[in-house]
Amino acid sequence: MSTEKQKDFQVVNRSVPRRDGRAKVTGRATYVSDIKLIGMAYTKVLRSPYAHAKILSIDTSRAERRPGVYCVLTGNNLEGLNPYYGHAVKDHPLLAIDKVRYAGEPVAAVVAVDERTAFEALEFIDVNYQELKAVLTPKEAMEKDAPLLHEKKFQAGALRGFEGEVTAGQGSNVCQEHHLKWGDVEAAFKNAAAIVEGEYYFPMTYAYAMEAYVAIADVDDHGVTIYSSAQHPFMVRHDLKSVFNLPVSAVRLIVPFVGGGYGSKSYTKIEPLVAACSWKAKRPVKLQLTVEEAMLTTRSDDAFTWMRTAVDADGKIIARQARITMNTGAYAENSPLVVEKSTNRCVGPYAIPNVQIDNISFYTNTVPASSYRGFGCAQVTLPGESQIDELAAKIGKDPYEFRLMNAAKPGEEFFPKMRPFDGTLKEDLEIAAKALGWNEPLEKGSGRGVACSGSDAGAYPLTSTAIRVHADGSASLMTGSTELGQGSHTVLPQIAAEELGIPIDSVRVVSSDTAITPYDRSTGASRTTTLMGRAVMEASREAIQQMVRMAADVLKVKVEEIQVIRGGVRCGEAQLGWSEVISKYYALPDGEVIGRAYIRKDGDFAKLPVFWEVACTGVELSVDEETGKIQMEKLATVGDVGLAINPALAEGQDVGAATMGM
Amino acid sequence: MNIQFNLNGKPIAVECEAQETLAEVLRDRLNLTGTKVSCEVQVCGACTVLVDGLPVSSCTQLAYEVRDKSVLTIEGLERPDGALHPLQQAFIDEFAFQCGFCTPGMIMAAKALLDENSRPSHDDIIHHMDGNICRCTGYVSVIKAIQRAANEMAKEKRS
Repeated sequence: MSTEKQKDFQVVNRSVPRRDGRAKVTGRATYVSDIKLIGMAYTKVLRSPYAHAKILSIDTSRAERRPGVYCVLTGNNLEGLNPYYGHAVKDHPLLAIDKVRYAGEPVAAVVAVDERTAFEALEFIDVNYQELKAVLTPKEAMEKDAPLLHEKKFQAGALRGFEGEVTAGQGSNVCQEHHLKWGDVEAAFKNAAAIVEGEYYFPMTYAYAMEAYVAIADVDDHGVTIYSSAQHPFMVRHDLKSVFNLPVSAVRLIVPFVGGGYGSKSYTKIEPLVAACSWKAKRPVKLQLTVEEAMLTTRSDDAFTWMRTAVDADGKIIARQARITMNTGAYAENSPLVVEKSTNRCVGPYAIPNVQIDNISFYTNTVPASSYRGFGCAQVTLPGESQIDELAAKIGKDPYEFRLMNAAKPGEEFFPKMRPFDGTLKEDLEIAAKALGWNEPLEKGSGRGVACSGSDAGAYPLTSTAIRVHADGSASLMTGSTELGQGSHTVLPQIAAEELGIPIDSVRVVSSDTAITPYDRSTGASRTTTLMGRAVMEASREAIQQMVRMAADVLKVKVEEIQVIRGGVRCGEAQLGWSEVISKYYALPDGEVIGRAYIRKDGDFAKLPVFWEVACTGVELSVDEETGKIQMEKLATVGDVGLAINPALAEGQDVGAATMGM
Repeated sequence: MNIQFNLNGKPIAVECEAQETLAEVLRDRLNLTGTKVSCEVQVCGACTVLVDGLPVSSCTQLAYEVRDKSVLTIEGLERPDGALHPLQQAFIDEFAFQCGFCTPGMIMAAKALLDENSRPSHDDIIHHMDGNICRCTGYVSVIKAIQRAANEMAKEKRS
């Protein structure tokens, strides 16, 4: 991203301490797992022991008769609800209906007076299964006589996040396809000076957020209220509105602090199930998964990639081709978008004139896959960057120099129809190489490498916010962005304090309550600082415009005569702080001004991606030749973030992500 | 059963069942939710509390085992005047957490180390903190925070 010209910032571009610091070091920070509601019951889930089976019958009567059990839910007693949900494809029943599609799929839920009673009742549920042949890999799923996971056609979800059609539910196990093509790949490979070709497998991985999925639902005549560990409360609201056939205003998602997400808590997870439990039990119900159950809820898409890359005699990358098959598991979740993103991210941050990528994901009888940390990028960056290294070796070039030579340049239209490249990869590479001491001699058994990635980040630009400036000059910032630990509760008030010219201590954040905070599509894809941050900036400026008009009214002058200064206005000799403007306007030391902002796919964000997320990493490793033990000697990560609102937090994000990557 | 123990410096009596873990009693019966539960198999360290000064995974310790002992949780760490313990302050100053879910356990484990060894080396810290997982932050800033707290506590002692 281009860096805004350095100004005399007072609050922004400083490593102010985390605003949630004290709460988090004293144990006072509230996560959903810490919340109890009056009259709250607990639910535990019975899970399928089979990867693929017909449910012939479920008998819950023995469990229901146990003391302390309120009710038992199964796929057979959900009349009155639309039990299928999904933001991309409505293929996911909140409890298995007629059949199970993966081992670990929820089959029944017991609601009871406490967790232990619910758990103990699970073994008194009698389920009769007829096991079916399971498909566990894309290869098995695409065979001619492969059993179908989903027999029905699906309704496409309204919020799939990409412009193409959903291909799921067309009578095969295909979940989604995406194809990318420009130039003439075949001709380019014929004329290449060197070609590297290989097959790669990226395995299933689990994000392990320390806090496993947890939600509390309270469903009554008024509507559905849910406390959840969800990253995207507004997306979850959309699913629940359709499960319960309610107006948007009757569904309320509240997200307090979240104990880690990394994408694994994006989109709807256990909320429809716990809401159905509350609806049936007619009381608030809590569902706290164990870590083991969380692993049965989401994982990353594993991917089989065949890729080849070609270079000409001058060392210019001239072509890349890939065929990817991805394993989305039993339900689509966010995998259709993972397919699109992994297709795009095959290109990397390089200007390649001939590209052809074909990507198909398949339903299999495994845990549903979805987002996980820069989804789609990890799956294809390992193949792509490995080939860059191998090509450099083949033509006798230094892999660092080779990357410098082929890096997309700022402003270059390297990816058709997308935003021109807005990173500074050359400088980033230089920073990483310098940090490693690229040309310094290496000890025996040691090696160095650099690698880059370019991701179409920021997700869909739809974000709004409001900032309430109070009569004492303090402000409440209403944001739908969720504090996952990334620091939004610190960075966003920094921006508001900077714009309004007030101390950061007087800005408080109200976040992630869909009944109160304005709409924000999602918290992920590195979009919060860029999109919500922009909205906070604009909302603060809009509040200032209103206060200028109020000051003109108070001072009985024309609006044009009012000059904005830091924290207030000036008109001739008269100076008023925001507190005085508001108090004098209302003739009471109370009242407020509400600044608003709406971001949509327009203006600076008309072209996607919202920004190119460019990164490069350098490592120096040593290998013990006797034991094979690998030791990381040096790690240099470079995040091309533009102006860091809070440099320490930006650095922490980068180091944390790199550590997880190890 | 009724068990009595010393909790954060004060005696307490609580009703619980024989199979209840210390984490359950702290969180569900006493509403001390600062102690977090994650893996439930004693490998992540999120639920670490001190029992008679030693770090213990409260998710696998039965509550009745702490009868007549002293239990210190994250809620008992602030000084009586409301000032933060040097470890708590150092974790803030070094940006040693993000989501914060592992933080109470990290801080309690670190306290056990500093109580035993007031000037731990880099390797001492790595060895001692081996049982605490952090998924957001990595461990560099955690190690720095513990070193910083050790320095602060040494300064306090001298003055």
